Amino acid sequence: MKKKRKQRRVIPGFGLSLGITVTLLSLIVVIPLCSLVVFSSQLSFSEFISTVTSPRVLASYRVSFQTALVAALINAVVGLMIAWVLVRYQFPGKRIMDGLIEVPFALPTAVAGISLTHMTVDSGWVGSIFHKFGIEVAYTRIGITIALVFIGIPFVVRSVQPVLEKLDPQYEEAASMLGAGRTYSFFRIILPEIFPALVAGFTMAFARSLGEYGSVVFIAGNTPFETEITPLLIMSQLQEYDYASATSIALVMLAAAFLILFVNAVLQSRASKIVSGIG
Amino acid sequence: MKQNEQSGAVKWLLIAFSAIFLAVMLILPLIYVLITAFREGVQPYLEAVTDPYALKSIQLTLEATVIAVVVNTIFGLFASWCITKFQFRGKKVISTLIDLPLTVSPIIAGLIYVLTFGRQSFLYPYLKAANISIIYAVPGIVLATIFVTFPFISREIIPVLTAAGKDEEEAAALMGAGGWTIFRRVTFPHIKWALLYGIVLCTARAMGEFGAVSVLSGHLRGKTNTMPLYIELLYQGYDFTGAFAVSSILVVMAIIILVLRSVLEYRGKKNEE
Repeated sequence: MKKKRKQRRVIPGFGLSLGITVTLLSLIVVIPLCSLVVFSSQLSFSEFISTVTSPRVLASYRVSFQTALVAALINAVVGLMIAWVLVRYQFPGKRIMDGLIEVPFALPTAVAGISLTHMTVDSGWVGSIFHKFGIEVAYTRIGITIALVFIGIPFVVRSVQPVLEKLDPQYEEAASMLGAGRTYSFFRIILPEIFPALVAGFTMAFARSLGEYGSVVFIAGNTPFETEITPLLIMSQLQEYDYASATSIALVMLAAAFLILFVNAVLQSRASKIVSGIG
Repeated sequence: MKQNEQSGAVKWLLIAFSAIFLAVMLILPLIYVLITAFREGVQPYLEAVTDPYALKSIQLTLEATVIAVVVNTIFGLFASWCITKFQFRGKKVISTLIDLPLTVSPIIAGLIYVLTFGRQSFLYPYLKAANISIIYAVPGIVLATIFVTFPFISREIIPVLTAAGKDEEEAAALMGAGGWTIFRRVTFPHIKWALLYGIVLCTARAMGEFGAVSVLSGHLRGKTNTMPLYIELLYQGYDFTGAFAVSSILVVMAIIILVLRSVLEYRGKKNEE
């Protein structure tokens, strides 16, 4: 396509489609984002710093970060396994299992939230089992992590699955003929190939978990310093009409989200260089 | 594939573990909603879902979802046409901006609309003079829903159109077909399944959006409560039967969406072949 750059436009509708695209994009995305930028520029720097580094806010970063990280790691391991099972094995019910992966996308987060919470309170179906062992699930960080595992699992599976499907079996065959064991060939041949996809899935799950609100807010209990996540803190500032604090904390969250996406992009481009042998 | 036969035990262990994980993490919460909704019998269930406030929240959710799907379909079709059929400056910027709502936390999505239309915004005096309320009112809910689902349809269409190339459209245009005819006769058959797939995903998310809508809704019962917000209200009021009864409607919708999704994906793959 690149070589045809200077070609005259034969297909009609450029002006119209560009016009509608830019108009809607401006109204829905660009103008609201600009108002965020304009509003943040009015914040005083010292106030910004003192807001985003106050002890309660720092504690909320810690809760959000810890739970999102643990959940994304669990999702990376389990998601890789499920993707592997779905691609490599034939078994009855496989198509149903494949369809089920998307439950977290289809089920409204608030419904998932109340269901998980109601199950895991001390008297609930699942909570009572854990309660016998002295483990509290609902209203603790364990509960938050479970909600985030629920939210994040499709990201990893759907990111690894297509790459695993395309993986040429001849390398594994070659490895096994040369005497490599299955574990060895998994770690030395398959894992390096799917690693970029796994990282991408992990990053998406992690980024989504950091900003997740609906499923977490019910199960978290929302005790300041203990189980209060950052999005909830923004929400409570907004309910007190404290727009300056809400915006300051939101800016930190946005910066964190972009940093995660940036790190992912760097890792992806490095991985593609290694695979194509340029690096 | 020969290797698989050698280690049947590992295979079935992994399958069993995956199945247990999915059953406990994904299916149990779904079933739990349905069971809890009917725990006190059919009568309380029916009362809960036919409560005037419940019906109002269903109506608002439907309205917001339909508007979001329509707007995003129009946007998705034009944006994907614009991006895949033409080369122009700023295309990368447009693609990046389209995908931006995916990376923004729902709470922040709500926040940016509050900052745009709220009391501290420069628009506020004009809106007030024109007697238009956006935040803590229905338009805000609709806008937030459109925002969070904004890229859903264009994201599904763009890869299909990129893969299809533009030779067919160019040929049609050179033979004198107009834009609408080209779209209807040449482009649309390619993107039919992707478009439907996008609409299904968009519906699922629009119906269930909670965070962004929660920021922009004034939580006025019967006025600005969508189904997820109404569920929150009932749950926090310890009306568990009510909360799970209204949730069960969304669970049924989610199951329909999942079935539609896998049918569409199957048809789409068949279409490609």
